[in-house]
Amino acid sequence: MAVSHLQCKECRTEYPLEALYVCERCFGPLEVAYDHSGWITTSAGGTRDVGELRRRIQGGPQNIWRYADFLPLAGGPPGPSGRLASRVGLPAGCTPLIRADRLAAQLGLREVWVKNDAANPTHSFKDRVVSVAVARARELGFQTIACASTGNLANSVAAHGAALGMDSYVFIPADLEEQKVLATGVYGTKLVGVKGSYDDVNRLCTELCAERDWAFVNINLRPYYAEGSKTLAFEIAEQLGWELPDRCVVPIASGSLFTKIAAGFREWTELGLIENPSRPLPRMNGAQAEGCSPVASAFAEGHDVCRPVKPDTIAKSLAIGNPADGPYALELARDTGGSIDAVSDEEIRAGIALLARTTGIFTETAGGVTTAVLAKLAARGDIDPDERVVLVITGEGLKTLDAVRGSFETSTIEPTLAAFESEVADTVNV
Amino acid sequence: MTVVVKIPTQLRAAAGGEAETQIDGAATVREVLDGLFDRHAELRVRIADDDGALRRFVNVYLAGEDIRFLDGLATPVADGAELTILPAVAGGC
Repeated sequence: MAVSHLQCKECRTEYPLEALYVCERCFGPLEVAYDHSGWITTSAGGTRDVGELRRRIQGGPQNIWRYADFLPLAGGPPGPSGRLASRVGLPAGCTPLIRADRLAAQLGLREVWVKNDAANPTHSFKDRVVSVAVARARELGFQTIACASTGNLANSVAAHGAALGMDSYVFIPADLEEQKVLATGVYGTKLVGVKGSYDDVNRLCTELCAERDWAFVNINLRPYYAEGSKTLAFEIAEQLGWELPDRCVVPIASGSLFTKIAAGFREWTELGLIENPSRPLPRMNGAQAEGCSPVASAFAEGHDVCRPVKPDTIAKSLAIGNPADGPYALELARDTGGSIDAVSDEEIRAGIALLARTTGIFTETAGGVTTAVLAKLAARGDIDPDERVVLVITGEGLKTLDAVRGSFETSTIEPTLAAFESEVADTVNV
Repeated sequence: MTVVVKIPTQLRAAAGGEAETQIDGAATVREVLDGLFDRHAELRVRIADDDGALRRFVNVYLAGEDIRFLDGLATPVADGAELTILPAVAGGC
């Protein structure tokens, strides 16, 4: 079982496993192809040895490298040996999947699970994709890593650079949330604030990528980077006892995470790792903010491409007006019977509060978007009460504190029992 | 009227190795691209479809602005303007 080559998602032209991301023939995106024939070839008994493959995964480290067989590294997990993979760099993954009965009850649903990817080293799912991209960058001999970021990726690239002793350049919109700027600069990266939107940052970095011998994790390393998102699907399936959920609600910025989660489910289903492999893929519901909803708009209008927009939303980590994987996200939502919905900034704040107050998980604005879309789907009657739903929470609330400022009151009293009794006691449940 | 066209690395082999080129006498983005295709015929099939529209994974920027926020291929170009062709498949999460 091994990574095989890069392949154009549009015209299927094959390329070597180098720092390439665009098909020279049709400009389509390149993605990683694998040769799993060692596992799917039937054994002498005529059945796939699924048990052995599951044991191989379960015997791996408590991080994404337990899924190294499905990731695009030529040399296997990074580190002196596979057993030591968990001690190299900033191991990501193996985040909690929590059953959220109080959230489900509030929404009139029966079974909702929250995949809390804020529990990664830099508190977002980006550590998964960066771990994979940086490991591949090192295999390819790069000395410097870089990225165009809306914030979470900035944190992760800067931290991974520090952990591995690599130089890093991080490009962000100059008006990013202060917490995300501080949580990037602290790692000693070369931090560049660009006067413009994320799409301006991305355009600049795409041009710069041709001029510098750097590994831009989400540009020239993008095929490898994107594969890291599959580990979210693998974990969800493993944590559910090798089963798939009926539905996943996932935030959409570029659409890469959304499509790669489904790709992970599909890959494992094809390998027979999933119980009941004849069952369909989960319904995939994408979540966007109304202030930046090019994919949701295209979905609603029945288009198969997205018209770019100028973002204006508090959900800055999702503020990509020109989503690279938009067409594939649309296709996926339609093929699985899902949808792509958008919610207002007010609904995003309510979503953050709903998740916090029913699960104890404090998410950033992107998680507010996802939670609010789940609430919207439930209210609309799209979800059968018997469905098993997974809500993918990608980032940490401490990174976007402004979103909750003023959303609750604090009692300030003199340090006396009398003051407590007169000013607070009546307002709380005893 | 001269427009500078910046060519992405992925297309340079089809453009005689040029990283940028100048197109004279074009009044719109479409005319700039037609001038480019006249010079390097192979570029046409790489970035335009059979109807002459841009392929969906091609982005074109005039002075840094995506032409889809302007008038698309009909956007007028000024003398000395810079037109940048880039892959759409970059960035994001």
